[in-house]
Amino acid sequence: MNTQTTTQAQAQSGAPEAVVEAKNLDLVFPTNDGPVQALKDVNLTINKGDFVSFIGPSGCGKTTFLRVMAALEHPTGGTITVNGMSPDEARKQRAYGYVFQAAGLYPWRTIAKNIKLPLEIMGYSKAEQDKRVEQVLELVELAGFGGKYPWQLSGGMQQRASIARALAFDADILLMDEPFGALDEIVRDHLNEQLLKLWARTNKTIGFVTHSIPEAVYLSTKIVVMSPRPGRITDVIESTLPRERPLDIRDSQEFIDIAHRVREGLRAGHGDDE
Amino acid sequence: MRSFLAVLTVLAAIVAIWYAACVPMNIKGVLDAAERGGAEVMPATSKVRRDMGTFGLVAGNTFAIAQTWEQDRPRLPAPHQVITELWKTTVMKKVTSKRSLVYHAQVTLNATLLGFVIGTGLGILLAVGIVHSKVMDMSVMPWAIVSQTIPIIALAPMIIVVLYSIGVQGILPKAIISAYLSFFPVVVGMVKGLRSPDAMQLDLLKTYSANTNQGFWKLRLPSSMPYLFTSLKIGIAASLLGAIVGELPTGAVSGLGARLLAGSYYGQTVQIWSALFAAAILAGLLVALLGMIEKLVLKRMGMAS
Repeated sequence: MNTQTTTQAQAQSGAPEAVVEAKNLDLVFPTNDGPVQALKDVNLTINKGDFVSFIGPSGCGKTTFLRVMAALEHPTGGTITVNGMSPDEARKQRAYGYVFQAAGLYPWRTIAKNIKLPLEIMGYSKAEQDKRVEQVLELVELAGFGGKYPWQLSGGMQQRASIARALAFDADILLMDEPFGALDEIVRDHLNEQLLKLWARTNKTIGFVTHSIPEAVYLSTKIVVMSPRPGRITDVIESTLPRERPLDIRDSQEFIDIAHRVREGLRAGHGDDE
Repeated sequence: MRSFLAVLTVLAAIVAIWYAACVPMNIKGVLDAAERGGAEVMPATSKVRRDMGTFGLVAGNTFAIAQTWEQDRPRLPAPHQVITELWKTTVMKKVTSKRSLVYHAQVTLNATLLGFVIGTGLGILLAVGIVHSKVMDMSVMPWAIVSQTIPIIALAPMIIVVLYSIGVQGILPKAIISAYLSFFPVVVGMVKGLRSPDAMQLDLLKTYSANTNQGFWKLRLPSSMPYLFTSLKIGIAASLLGAIVGELPTGAVSGLGARLLAGSYYGQTVQIWSALFAAAILAGLLVALLGMIEKLVLKRMGMAS
């Protein structure tokens, strides 16, 4: 609790620690129809403890940028560092956990065994594995569900289990690619609330891709608005909302103002190719 | 219940067509025998009858219809004749008897199972190689496909001759022919199965910096199970076919293939048909057994469809 408040204080005192730094990032995919500029001249700094949302229409490169951070794609120009290293090195240091849109749990493994998957691969001891599974199940409020199989859980619970799996090896950065995109609104609200709590408890740095404006505004300390063809950043909005956010903050004027600015940014980006 | 009725109807139709087919198929033989026995047949001499259409003969000698289902060596035995023969050569015979179909089936089954194990093992190994190596994919897969375009009936004698010349006899040549037929569906199915994990699953493992080995054991192999079982069901039937074909050119004295061969030497059509049915029933049992194992395994793995 102590360390958490100090890092938060640090973050607020104006000496933030940069976790991700992208400079003039370009990424061109060769396709059959010629090269596609997925990212163009992207400059972004993500600080420790930030909750950064990437929002924009499809093809704007939000997922691509997340994948570049995770070293799943490699930029064709510019530089990017994660924890001061290249994304590839950061991956080897277990700097990040990645959550995909689909939970992608193995049907032949129980929830506990699914969470152990990264731990087995990374060579954690049996005792350590069990301990961590307990911890992360607690974090995502799935304690007691370790022995269940994925098909016995609802979609929302499966996605929470997949978040637990990403948290299991205690990476500092959590990268989430539309993790709640396939869930209905009510479940999504609940999970958003839980995610904020989890973020407050663990003080992780979170990169979050979404196409929902309310979701982005509700969750983020920083909202990155992107637009397509070529994929680029059109606006970066520092949220003025407090870190503590009850669900009904979404009715406040401040929330509505930020959402409005995001919408404006999206519209401006979209106007370019029309 | 309704589908059960439908199935019964189809079965009844097949049996009816079979009985009906026996009449024109066997009428000449029946009439020849009747003539020798002194009965009055129309027309009276076999020479004239030979040039006549079978339906004309049936129309002229309706008394002979019942006998077309009761001949000793009919061209086409009737269903009840085949069933009677099956009953006599399985339940009514000691399984150690050379005339017992159970004995012959078991001889063929041994070669089938050995061939199936060899074929499946080889198929899985090749598939693993093909999935992990581009070179193997490009060099092995075409040959695997070509191998299946050669008629096995032409290849089987050569395999047996070659193996005999290096001193391999007995069950092994049959098993190898059987493996030759069964490895292919396993290769195709396993390649597809091992490649079945989607890009997201592979990316997830990448984020853990998992190596190829871990990816294989933890993701690819378990994901391939539904495909493997589908292949195994095709493979086991192909194995049985291979084992039977393997018995033909050797002049084997035991096995379902030997039974088929002996039946055709001596014009024992009933024996041929009952051996055919025994082979079909055996294949059905093997496939059903694999189906049961498949159900159990996939259910346990949470992958039952």
